[in-house]
Amino acid sequence: MNGLHDMGGLQGYGPVQIQANEPLFHGEWERRALGVTVAMGASGLWNIDLARSARESLPPLDYVQGPYYAIWTQALQNLLIERGLITAEELAQGQPITQPMAGVRVLKAAEVDAALAKGSPADRPSTQAPRFAVGQRVRALNLNPQGHTRLPRYVRGHVGTVVLHHGSHVLPDQHVNKMLPPFDGTAEHLYTVVFDGTELWGPQAEAGHQVSVDAWESYLEPASEAAPE
Amino acid sequence: MKRESTAPHGHVHDQDHDHAHSTLGEMDLRVRALETLLTQKGYLDPAAVDRIIETYEVHVGPHNGAKVVARAWADPAFRDWLLQDATAAIASMDYTGRQGEHMVAVPNSPDTHNMVVCTLCSCYPWPVLGLPPVWYKSAAYRSRAVIEPRAVLADFGVTLPPGQNIRVWDSTAEVRYLVLPERPAGTEGWSQEQLAQLVTRDAMIGTGLALNPQDITKEAP
Repeated sequence: MNGLHDMGGLQGYGPVQIQANEPLFHGEWERRALGVTVAMGASGLWNIDLARSARESLPPLDYVQGPYYAIWTQALQNLLIERGLITAEELAQGQPITQPMAGVRVLKAAEVDAALAKGSPADRPSTQAPRFAVGQRVRALNLNPQGHTRLPRYVRGHVGTVVLHHGSHVLPDQHVNKMLPPFDGTAEHLYTVVFDGTELWGPQAEAGHQVSVDAWESYLEPASEAAPE
Repeated sequence: MKRESTAPHGHVHDQDHDHAHSTLGEMDLRVRALETLLTQKGYLDPAAVDRIIETYEVHVGPHNGAKVVARAWADPAFRDWLLQDATAAIASMDYTGRQGEHMVAVPNSPDTHNMVVCTLCSCYPWPVLGLPPVWYKSAAYRSRAVIEPRAVLADFGVTLPPGQNIRVWDSTAEVRYLVLPERPAGTEGWSQEQLAQLVTRDAMIGTGLALNPQDITKEAP
């Protein structure tokens, strides 16, 4: 989705505001928002791409104006309501009205350390040979899907060079296909592709800079020598 | 535009005081109501929430990454391993898991300075750096890091030597990047504990450089 979350190369946001000795959290609500979001993620009722998609799908002005943990909180509420764990009425009243959904996995305090240390690796075995090789020139396709994708707009249509191959990873665009588990775990080879600044930004590019993205195989095509300008 | 505010504290939440105050009060209530509701419905163990917060407030933070960098500076075999297979090398120090499942370490050199961003959200290597600062998640950083990285570095007070290239890594997948800064001069014979004190969070994101020996106090271990 071509949303406001896809910020690379936008202009007009001003200088980076750096807070000296910034606290980890700005108020108690940020601490709890982080903890509740991570804990509820362990329910397994959505995956990381569905969570990202929920954040990207918020009203655009809410996305750019809110504190980041407010974006997380709003997206979490939407995920919970969509799956029927809670209702908007319950949220408004601050107490349960409906029966709890059965079978929801609850992360216990004693399980937290192991769950965080394990994480959720995205690599999957693949029987497919990789289509691209390190050193190969590739073009990022001009894709504009309505749904979730991880191909940022600023590289679409541009030619770069494969510098790393990471094996096969779960493809975000399909990982969001199903709202509930079992999710679509289709995986593709994943590459780091580096682009020259001038390729991305033309004559305005700063001197001597390159930018890479991590791109799945279906985001790329071989770059022909007679590439269109 | 709100993010161009020059509020004295220069912090994103201070940009617009009326908005910030109402947001904070409202968010306090909303998050408390949500946590209470989830607990009452039996979906959430509040002690688990406490433990998650404690993990990132106390145990997991840039001090972890600093130990990785210091070891790479002091131990050439570990440096090679880190550059070859960062996930395994870092896991050998027990820094594993959420938002660090697939690690790549990128070494600075006199030719190249590395800098990490997530233009699409807030991807950040939690096991080695902890939770990201607000600026890392801000529109200003996410938008500009890929189009004018030298200007962004200037916001951090960093000017690279002429001729040093900038290499920006946009974390668009589940791979997380750790910048391996250059070891400062004048640190020959230093212990890993001493070296780790020179490694700042920003140096491992690439918006800063490692500190010099004269930048830290003498009573350090």
